[in-house]
Amino acid sequence: MEVLEEPPISLDKALKMYRVIDEDGNPVGPEPSIPDKLLIDMYTYMVRARILDSWLLKLQRMGRVALHAPNKGQEAASVGATLALEGRDWLFPSYRELGALLVRGMSEEEILDRALTTIDDPLKGSDFAIYGHRKYNIVPAPVPVANQLPHAVGAALAAKIMGDDIVTMTFFGDGSTSRGDFHAALNFAGVFKAPVVFVNQNNQWAISVPVKRQTAAPTIAVKGVAYGVPGIRVDGNDVLAVYTTALEAVDRARRGEGPTLIEAVTYRLGPHTTADDPDRYRSRSEVEEWERREPIRRFRLYLEKKGILGPGDAEEIYRTWESRIEETVVKVLDKPPLPPEVILEDVYSKPTWNLVEQMRELEESIKLLKELGVEVE
Amino acid sequence: MPVMNMVQALNQALREEMRRDKRVVVLGEDVGRRGGVFLVTEGLIDEFGEDRVIDTPLSEMGIIGVAIGMALYGLRPVAEIQFIDFVYEAFDQIVSNMAKIRYRSGGMYSVPMVLRSPCCGGIRGGMHHSQSPESYFIHTAGLITVMPSTPYDAKGLLKASIRSEDPVVFLEPKSIYRTIKEDVPDRDYTVPLGRARLVREGDDVTVVTWGAMVYQALEAAKLAEEKHGWSIEVLDLRTLFPFDKDAIVESLEKTERLVIVHEAPKTLGPGAEIGAYIAENHIELLRGPIARVAGFDTPFPLVHEKLYMPNIARIYMALRKVMEY
Ligand SMILES: Cc1ncc(C[n+]2csc(CCOP(=O)(O)OP(=O)(O)O)c2C)c(N)n1
Ligand SMILES: [Mg+2]
Repeated sequence: MEVLEEPPISLDKALKMYRVIDEDGNPVGPEPSIPDKLLIDMYTYMVRARILDSWLLKLQRMGRVALHAPNKGQEAASVGATLALEGRDWLFPSYRELGALLVRGMSEEEILDRALTTIDDPLKGSDFAIYGHRKYNIVPAPVPVANQLPHAVGAALAAKIMGDDIVTMTFFGDGSTSRGDFHAALNFAGVFKAPVVFVNQNNQWAISVPVKRQTAAPTIAVKGVAYGVPGIRVDGNDVLAVYTTALEAVDRARRGEGPTLIEAVTYRLGPHTTADDPDRYRSRSEVEEWERREPIRRFRLYLEKKGILGPGDAEEIYRTWESRIEETVVKVLDKPPLPPEVILEDVYSKPTWNLVEQMRELEESIKLLKELGVEVE
Repeated sequence: MPVMNMVQALNQALREEMRRDKRVVVLGEDVGRRGGVFLVTEGLIDEFGEDRVIDTPLSEMGIIGVAIGMALYGLRPVAEIQFIDFVYEAFDQIVSNMAKIRYRSGGMYSVPMVLRSPCCGGIRGGMHHSQSPESYFIHTAGLITVMPSTPYDAKGLLKASIRSEDPVVFLEPKSIYRTIKEDVPDRDYTVPLGRARLVREGDDVTVVTWGAMVYQALEAAKLAEEKHGWSIEVLDLRTLFPFDKDAIVESLEKTERLVIVHEAPKTLGPGAEIGAYIAENHIELLRGPIARVAGFDTPFPLVHEKLYMPNIARIYMALRKVMEY
């Protein structure tokens, strides 16, 4: 009989759900020791993400943002997991990770420039609902879901080959696990022991399709086990559980022990995107049930019970960021839009002859539209 | 006759075909309870149940691969790809199987299925919700590619596609899903595949176009008429392959000038094939060069999309070019 060289991967962790605090912020077991400042930072990042999220919804309704995919309810997983990374590590987010962007150091202004495609949009108007910046090692997400998963594996492998002490992390939804990219990514990561952390935001829905319709497996985490990748299921609305699990996974990757799949069990409290109407497919009572478990209130109760936040502190944090972000919104709303020429840039490192010809066509057509007095935008 | 938009007409086509033929099933992401993100399949699950209106896992490869298997066995699946921009994962299934099974099996097996999907720009959809990738399908032998521009045609062409013995890629220009309304008969009818529609009669230039660009071409035709008295004929191709070469030739016999307008990027866009066909076989009909107005050769941009897509100014520029040659 063949002897296994390595201990088998725990099924237990992939099937049970790990949590540190309950829905009312009471510890359910041993608490990790985390400095107070970091705890308050965690809280603040989540609050900032929540405020920015509601602004993006508002700006979409005002017609200033083309589309927004709300992060509301998923801030703990977004913030908690990303906080486990070092600045030099790389992030491959999906379109729903405002919290992660803020943790990486992107400012509200940079995010709003992107969303409103102002003259300062770092991605020059390329697509909606995606964010990223080389400065922060955030690769802008492709809108086709799960495409970024193999990229995170490849970048991690490259770092390993080049001898760099770099870990990559990628976010994706429950629906995304049905795609071929997920299979290929987990498989390659397992085979090559890539230093990558997969963070699955299992928010129960892929637009109108419930997670039960995505997989007959009992959990998402258990899928990792079949690829030889440890799968760990955590309460995704418990920022402490997400953070400690991610920290362990990142350390493991850094030690050269390979990838981890974290399933953060959470809930999308808002619509799928601003183009969605969730009343068509899910009940209000289900949403209300999850509102009770939402991550910010829960963490705040914990911090207050521990005396880390004093009376009025939470309100103070909220108010401070509410007014700062409002100021930023006002500033960004005033910025000029991107000029038309950007649509022909960045196709190749240097424009090819057809693009040079088409730039002339574009210029001539803009002139003609003016002459004709036709508004096309 | 009821007035309908394209979404309603497509919904009625699916409903009538599902009533007429038990083999017709619908599958895709969010097509059941949600009724599709554009509501084309709205209410079908209530009438036909979960066995015939199937909300699938999020896998385009799975949707098309499974639809192929269903068609092989004898169903008539209508598989929805939520946006055509997400079809690429399924390309192996489309190119290697959907298009080739008849050939590979020496004609013993076939895949009479429809891949239907919203396409094209004009809704501020950005690079992954706006593409016009019809050339990939046209280039793949074994597939029929269709794009309606009116509710009437949408219903008749979808019914014809479902009844087709060959696999059809049915592209729906989403920017005109709800903006164009017209009388659509409540009864059964089909619009034949492979036949263009004469939208506007004219003597001086033939504009060959399809999808939402039909309306841009009409605006440019009006402008050219007002400004110069030029008389512009507009042909809506409707079936992009096999395209209606006879209709184009017949029109060129009269106008002797050809402009092709499409949203798809210019390089190797369908205009290249249409233009080459005319240049190769009917050069004697033409007074001068063929002009193409197309999407620029870039990914589809989120900003300034109306400048990226052929618009009244760019089509008018092309009309001027062929008239003043
Ligand atoms: C390949 C692909 N198919 C379809 C879509 C359309 N779509 C956008 S998001 C989405 C659901 C994604 O669900 P999930 O992975 O659970 O992520 P969530 O939106 O819940 O965060 C779908 C079907 C897409 N973006 N990409
Ligand atoms: Mg989801």
